Amino acid sequence: MHSEFTKIFELIIAASLINNFVFTRFLGLCIFFGVSKKMETSIGMSITFTAVMMISAALSWVVFHYIMFPLDIVFLKIIVFIGIVAGIVQASDTIMRKVAPGLYYKLGIYLALISTNCIILAVPLINAGEHYNFIESLAFGLGSGIGFALALIIMASIREKLELADVPAPFRGMPMAFVITGLIALAFTGFSGLITL
Amino acid sequence: MAQANKVNYRELITNGIVKENTIFKLALSLCPSIAVTNNLKNGVLMGVAVLFVQVMVNITISLMRTVIHPKVRLPIFMLVISGWVTVTDLSMAAAVPDVYKQMGLYIQLIVAFASILARAEMFASKNKIAPSMADGIGMGIGFLFALTVISFFRELIGRGSLWGMPIINAKPLLIMILPAGGFFAVGILMALFNWIDVKYLKTKTGGHEESTHECKTTLLTPAGD
Repeated sequence: MHSEFTKIFELIIAASLINNFVFTRFLGLCIFFGVSKKMETSIGMSITFTAVMMISAALSWVVFHYIMFPLDIVFLKIIVFIGIVAGIVQASDTIMRKVAPGLYYKLGIYLALISTNCIILAVPLINAGEHYNFIESLAFGLGSGIGFALALIIMASIREKLELADVPAPFRGMPMAFVITGLIALAFTGFSGLITL
Repeated sequence: MAQANKVNYRELITNGIVKENTIFKLALSLCPSIAVTNNLKNGVLMGVAVLFVQVMVNITISLMRTVIHPKVRLPIFMLVISGWVTVTDLSMAAAVPDVYKQMGLYIQLIVAFASILARAEMFASKNKIAPSMADGIGMGIGFLFALTVISFFRELIGRGSLWGMPIINAKPLLIMILPAGGFFAVGILMALFNWIDVKYLKTKTGGHEESTHECKTTLLTPAGD
C-alpha cells in the first residue's frame, strides 16, 4: 500500500514538474501563448483544463481497456480518443450552461478552446502507451493539469509585467513570449533528476 | 480564363508559404515546431507527414462538402482528420521505425492541429477539389519549410551536424538541442521574419498576432454554439 502511494505521488510530481507538458514536452503551446496574457483568464483556463483532463483520462481508460482491447481495435485509438474528448467538452458545455450559468459565463469560452488542445489528447494516448492502471491514469491526468496550470500562471504573471517593458520592435508579441518561455524551460530543466522513474 | 486560373493557383500556394505561414505568421500548431526539430531528419519527416495529412484532408472535405450538414460539420472534420492521421501514423511506424520511436506521439497529435482544422473549415468546405488541393499543398509546404529552417539551425548549432553528418568541427552549443533552445530558436526566427517583413516587404508589425486572434475566433464560433 505504501509503495503504491509513493508511486502515485511520484507520478504526479513527474507529470507536473519534471516532464512538464509545456516546458519539456512542448504540448498545448497554442493555448499556452493564447491565454497567458492575463492572470484572470489563465486561472480560469487552468481550473477548467484540469477538470476536463481528469475526466477524459478516466473515461478513455475505461473505453480503452473494456471496449477497445476486447474488440482488438487498439489501432483506432486516435479516432476514439478525439471523439471522447470532443464529446466530454460538448457535454460539459451543455451541462454547465444548464446547471451553473454563472460559472459557464466565466469559464465557457475556455471549454471551446480546450477541444483544440493537444495536451488533452496526449494524456489518454500516453496513458495507453505506458499501460498505466486506472488510478495511475488519474494521477497522470491530475499531474499534467497542475503542471499546465503552473506554466500558465508563471507565464501570465511575467507577461503582465512585460506590457510595461521596452521590447525591440521585431521581438514584440509572440517572439518575446517564446524567448521568455525558453528561459522558464531552462529553469525547469533543473527539476530533471529529481525523481528517477 | 485558363490564365486567370493559373495565377490563382500560384497565389493559393504562395499564400500558405509566405503570407499565412502557419508557424511564423499565424503562430499555430507550435507544439511539433519545437518538439521534433532538434535534428533535421525529424523536422523534415514531420513536415512531410503534415503536408500529406493537410492535402488529403482538404481533398476529402472538398469532395464531401455538399453532403455534410453544416450543424455536424466539426465532428465530421475531426473524424476525417483523425482517419488520415491514423493512416500516416501506421505507415510511418512501418516505414521509418527508428524515427517513429522518437516522435510517434507528435505524429498522433497532428489530429489536434488547429491549422488543419482551420483550413478544412475556412477553405476546403467552400471550394472545389483542385483549389482545395492547391491550398493544402501551400499550407503544407509552408509548414515543411518552417520546420526545415528551425531544425536546420538547431541541428547545425546544437550538434554541429546536418542530417546526422558532421559539418562543423567545433564544440557545439548544446543548449540549442535542449528544450529551452527550441523556444529560443523559434522566438529568434520569428523576430527575424518580422524584421524582414518590416524592412523589406513594408507590412505592418505584429501582423501575426492579429491573425492568430482571427484564426482562433473563427475556430471558436462554430464550436461554441
